[in-house]
Amino acid sequence: MTQENRIKGGQIDRTKTLRFTFDGHPYTGHPGDTLASALLANGVRLMGRSFKYHRPRGPLSAGSEEPNAIVELRTGARQEPNTRATVAELFDGLEANSQNRFPSLKFDLMGINDRLSPFFAAGFYYKTFMWPAAFWEKIYEPIIRRAAGLGSLTREEDPDQYDKGFLHCDILIIGAGPAGLMATLTAARAGARVILADEDFRMGGRLNAETLTVGNHSGADWAEDTVRTLAQMPNVRLMPRTTVLGAMDHGIYSAVERVSDHLPIPAPGKPRQILWRIYSAHAILAAGATERPIAFENNDRPGILLAGSLRTYANRYAVAVGDRVAVFTNNDDGLRTATDLQAKGIDIAAVIDTRQEGDLLPGIRHLKGAQVIDTKGKLGLKSITIRHANGRSETLSVNALGVSGGWNPNLNIASHHRGRPVWNDAIHAFTPPTGGPKNLTAAGAAAGALSTHAALQTGAAQANAALEALGLKTHTPDLPKAEDAPLNLTPFWYVGEGKGRAWIDQQNDVTVKDVKLAKQENFTSVEHLKRYTTLGMATDQGKTGNILGLAIMAELTGRSIPQTGTTIYRPPYTPVAMGALAGRSRGPEFKPTRLTPSHKWAAEQGAIFVEVGMWLRAQWFPKAGETTWRQSVDREVLQTRASVGICDVTTLGKIDIQGCDAGAFLDRVYANTFSTLPIGKVRYGLMLREDGIVMDDGTTARMGENEWVMTTTTANAVPVFRHLEYVRQCLYPDMDVQLISTTEAWAQFSVAGPNARKLLQKVVDQDISDAAFPYMACGNITVCGGLRARLFRISFSGELAYEIAVPTRYGDALIREMMKAGEEFGAVAYGTESLGVMRVEKGHVAGNELNGQTTALNMGLGKMVSKKKDSIGMVLSQREGLNADDGLRLVGVKPVDPSKPLTAGSHFLDIGAAPVAANDGGWLTSVVYSPHLKSSIALGYLKNGTARIGQKMRAVNLLAKTEVEVEIVSPHFFDPEGDRLRG
Amino acid sequence: MIINHPLLGPRDAQEFTYLGDAALIDRPDGMAFPDATAAQDAFHDYLYLRDNPAGEHRELWFHEQGDRSWLVVTRNTVTHEITKVEFARDVARSRGRSK
Amino acid sequence: MRYSGFRVIAEALTGHKGWKPAWRDPEPQSSYDYIIIGGGGHGLATAYYLAKEFKQARIAVLEKGYLGGGNVGRNTTIIRSNYLLDGNEPFYEFSLKLWEGLEQDFNYNAMVSQRGIINLYHTDAQRDAYTRRGNAMILHGADAELLNRDQVRAMYPFLNFDNARFPIKGALMQRRGGTVRHDAVAWGYARGADQRGVDLIQNCEVTGIRTEAGRATGVDTTRGFIGAKKVGVAVAGNSSKVMSHVNMRLPIESHVLQAFVSEGLKPLIDGVMTYGAGHFYVSQSDKGGLVFGGDIDGYNSYAQRGNMPVVEDVAEGGMSLIPMIGRARLLRSWGGIMDMSMDGSPIIDKTDIDGLYFNGGWCYGGFKATPASGWCFAHLLATDQPHPTATAYRFDRFRKGLMIDEKGQGAQPNLH
Repeated sequence: MTQENRIKGGQIDRTKTLRFTFDGHPYTGHPGDTLASALLANGVRLMGRSFKYHRPRGPLSAGSEEPNAIVELRTGARQEPNTRATVAELFDGLEANSQNRFPSLKFDLMGINDRLSPFFAAGFYYKTFMWPAAFWEKIYEPIIRRAAGLGSLTREEDPDQYDKGFLHCDILIIGAGPAGLMATLTAARAGARVILADEDFRMGGRLNAETLTVGNHSGADWAEDTVRTLAQMPNVRLMPRTTVLGAMDHGIYSAVERVSDHLPIPAPGKPRQILWRIYSAHAILAAGATERPIAFENNDRPGILLAGSLRTYANRYAVAVGDRVAVFTNNDDGLRTATDLQAKGIDIAAVIDTRQEGDLLPGIRHLKGAQVIDTKGKLGLKSITIRHANGRSETLSVNALGVSGGWNPNLNIASHHRGRPVWNDAIHAFTPPTGGPKNLTAAGAAAGALSTHAALQTGAAQANAALEALGLKTHTPDLPKAEDAPLNLTPFWYVGEGKGRAWIDQQNDVTVKDVKLAKQENFTSVEHLKRYTTLGMATDQGKTGNILGLAIMAELTGRSIPQTGTTIYRPPYTPVAMGALAGRSRGPEFKPTRLTPSHKWAAEQGAIFVEVGMWLRAQWFPKAGETTWRQSVDREVLQTRASVGICDVTTLGKIDIQGCDAGAFLDRVYANTFSTLPIGKVRYGLMLREDGIVMDDGTTARMGENEWVMTTTTANAVPVFRHLEYVRQCLYPDMDVQLISTTEAWAQFSVAGPNARKLLQKVVDQDISDAAFPYMACGNITVCGGLRARLFRISFSGELAYEIAVPTRYGDALIREMMKAGEEFGAVAYGTESLGVMRVEKGHVAGNELNGQTTALNMGLGKMVSKKKDSIGMVLSQREGLNADDGLRLVGVKPVDPSKPLTAGSHFLDIGAAPVAANDGGWLTSVVYSPHLKSSIALGYLKNGTARIGQKMRAVNLLAKTEVEVEIVSPHFFDPEGDRLRG
Repeated sequence: MIINHPLLGPRDAQEFTYLGDAALIDRPDGMAFPDATAAQDAFHDYLYLRDNPAGEHRELWFHEQGDRSWLVVTRNTVTHEITKVEFARDVARSRGRSK
Repeated sequence: MRYSGFRVIAEALTGHKGWKPAWRDPEPQSSYDYIIIGGGGHGLATAYYLAKEFKQARIAVLEKGYLGGGNVGRNTTIIRSNYLLDGNEPFYEFSLKLWEGLEQDFNYNAMVSQRGIINLYHTDAQRDAYTRRGNAMILHGADAELLNRDQVRAMYPFLNFDNARFPIKGALMQRRGGTVRHDAVAWGYARGADQRGVDLIQNCEVTGIRTEAGRATGVDTTRGFIGAKKVGVAVAGNSSKVMSHVNMRLPIESHVLQAFVSEGLKPLIDGVMTYGAGHFYVSQSDKGGLVFGGDIDGYNSYAQRGNMPVVEDVAEGGMSLIPMIGRARLLRSWGGIMDMSMDGSPIIDKTDIDGLYFNGGWCYGGFKATPASGWCFAHLLATDQPHPTATAYRFDRFRKGLMIDEKGQGAQPNLH
């Protein structure tokens, strides 16, 4: 098909032809086209269907406010639903498809909804579908859900990359129309660092869409020259294709740059889009204004556009939407469409002007006091019916109609901090609020200054005001001469006559009747109006239509429009791809991955790894011939207990604590006493939150008079450090104590088992005999002939055990050295599973028991909380509710029949007790298989548990409908006397 | 948001971790009460009750991704405007805290 | 006027001329037996049940803005009763049962849709915790199922199963969980209360609570003094502001929670899901928008708007869980003020002032609680006794050490 509607002029590059398809049909366009302009050039007006009634629709606008012409762009995994054809930049090979229709755009079976529209009035669904209750999920809702929605996602992973970036500037200027360009020029020439962002791919704003002149140039040429000038200035960053999404706090603006959306696929190494956070000292909103329609019967047909958009298509894109055009306006700006189009040789059938006053356009049939009362043309406009001032009606054959109800400043971003817009009686529109984001001002049409001259003038003025506030030299440029015509708008919102429907929100199919029904049912608050009728809730967020709804509601309720108010403006300004907001944090890179020092070695051994917070830890080390994880874990445990095993415990938090008051400090943060600990000794510590609940546990070693080393659990390494700093800085600011997190500084290994000492002695340079280095000893040592290291004789496994630490960069060497030294003992590496088995066998608590809900008393450690000193949590741990005699106690659990497996999370019930909450005795926290006891064993919290040791109960898992008879035992399954530790 | 750190200058609030009302600095001395009830009453009010004003709020932020200082930030909870940033340690000392 | 399918058809055929206002706009009377401060979901539900279930009369709801303009007007519409602790689960299960009969009860289609909720788990410890929780739910009479990875995959094959930083291992599911059309809840309760004689007074801000000899006697408002025998406060988000009129400090901080909706999409996600390895939960509305959210911003705020770090955090969670949504667009974000309490659980209790009752501290879980909160608050107001399912929601639980701390985070509201 040829571009039958292409006319002369425009800012398109006719030297190149781009091929594209829409619903499979091939078309051509040119660089500079949008999908919508190219389709219109090819005579295609029908581009979509509305949400509710599936009415045939074409573009209403030529910009980002578009409610109707939304399509599925691209195919395959790159398909993006709901793309506005009016801003989709044409590229060679573009594929687009219409959406929300079946089987085709021209013949859509769901169009039946339009015939049934009397039954689908605003809010009808709140009044029906209630009986029978079960039918909602089974019948009604599935039908509604299938019918609803617009475009579709492919269910394939988004193949493109997205980036994030940060920018800083003195002045951010939002919008590159005449106001934004003049503001940028003014600020840049004064030396300010300026960012100019515009959503369009071509800067210039309305200047590109008008035939108006600036100085001696066409507006478009002036814009092009100015952009060229700005591009040469090192203190200016020009950001076309960049939408400022929202105003955050303290001068931070979010913006998305569409780097590659105008290309078939992103260039290698380039992202599709970039999310910017722009930090500005000042910002100037120069985002222009959006034209608003007038509501009249059947005002939604393809071929009916906003008057200014009709002009945009003609002037910028060289497209005549129709060859016989009418204009319906209540203001002088609408008249420009008629004169511009006529100058391009397009037949102007009439200008229907609601106003009585004013001059008549020369050479054009200009009808004063007239209205458009109906239209015809199912898939595209064929005729309009007008009512003359004298009451006579007339039908005009036209295939395009431009409508102008005035212009609304694009104040959204100025209202993102919930400031209420201010009504302006001169232009009959809302303008930016006075209490907007700090250091944000508005210029040009966004501020209600609609003429080109006013835009240039306010742009310069607001730039100078910002420069002054920044302490920079101001600069008053010579303003080029430009038109300064008033809008001369006489408010006219909707045509009252007619029984048909007059659209306000074209995408969501909200009509004047719906507003009247909302009033009738007392949904008169503007928020009720929106929520009841869905006005303004579509993908365009009511950029064109909202104001009509407000105005009509104002009229119906006898209030003024400002009294009626607006709904809240919320970010983003236009919809933004989720991918851009996520950036690179997706898939395996969703969060950083922390690797332990022995990771490489463990991977060489074929270890299975598990996520532990950000860490990856070895879970177990399968050996040849082992077919289940249990075989590996059983072997690791048995061999550790029989000889020796090694486990990387680097992930435990490590904090160096130094200073004269370090001991006193530890007494405050631990429930038990530390200041009495001798040098060279380690003590187990219990840390409470101020509410008396256990926060963390671990060991702290006294390495010297004023030098201590604390360990925390892996999960709490960061929170504990933060807490210690809080206690140090906020509560005891004069204590001489310093903290540093050394979690990443030391590689630490647990060496456990009867042969642990023998193995370690082969790498440790000093004597670590029991006499020289007894149970709970610690010290600075050296290994392998002089490498500094730390040694702690502590045990989580219940074995004779040590934790040895070397600087992280030697961790890999140390594990290799120790495994070599251990060969003669058959040393094994063990992972987190075996660690868990051995600690449960020993009755040590870990994450599943330290869940932030339990007290020291619950854990059987109540006596550790010293009341002889003040410590965090000491006072509130004594509250009655935390000290009930029959409260939860840590117990051991084993199945009466050792072959029965236990399940963590099962609840305790007495034998014969019904499975109801009143009989709930507690739950199993941790379950492991003990190769020593040859049975599943568990720890659990049981009400009055200590008193119930020896009794039989049931461990019930109602989720799996299983239960196991269990015996309540001491949590210390293995070596309860601790002889092995001291061995 | 941007917090103007007393030493490091303006920093994105994302570098910080929030705790809450700076009144948490005024922790009672757990040993200073005649009985457990009085101590628990005082700690209850200290730990659990908040002014929670709509307006100026002094609050604790920790520069976790920075110099690890705890700051007292005076911020308006309605506008989010920050009018003052101090080291919590200085505030604690000025409120009579020592060791 | 009763709503029904027949009525809709009849009105459609006669030009919709017969629809009556959903509620009146009465002038406030000089006094009432009960004044409920707050015309959000909880306040309206309280008035509705006071009138309907407890047969009380002379009730007014005072709303500073428009009805349903509280957090019932901006939330992610999820209902569920998948709580762990004894203090919570009976209450939320009571609420879920009320949801199940709500539309027939108040003759308004609030689109209560039990399409199921799954909480994904990614570690053995999470699985163990969900097993504990699921058992607790069943013990309390609720429904729960533990799904393995294959079962989750059968439901949502497009989740990131194969290339994830934190692989999905399974999920806790409650089939009776789902979503409700949130505004309709407010409107249904409002209409039902109005029909039973409750005066719903909009644009009426309470500026003071008057007391005499330790007893509440009424409230000062922007529309004058209104006397009352009993005053119930249900203004979550602004609880501290209102209670400061009687110099009460609360175990509550106000925080902002952002939520988001995408452009309308053809059906993709049938139920509700929460991600166990990031801050992200999502459902799809009947209109087609993905409704999703994550964590609170984390600082005290009454601003009803948030900042970028949380927006990005939520999107990262979404993208890592559902890799296709990179090409869906976020349409709108919003922020609501949450009453974040000191243990993450609410308060429905008397105060030290006779005749003054408090309902708040809902954190970001207030929407699903709406029916039971209204019922239990009405019960307390009418009988001066806590409802059996809400006995734990007392102010003095903090003093006594009886916190209801589902997440185990302690007295730091922004962590709940």
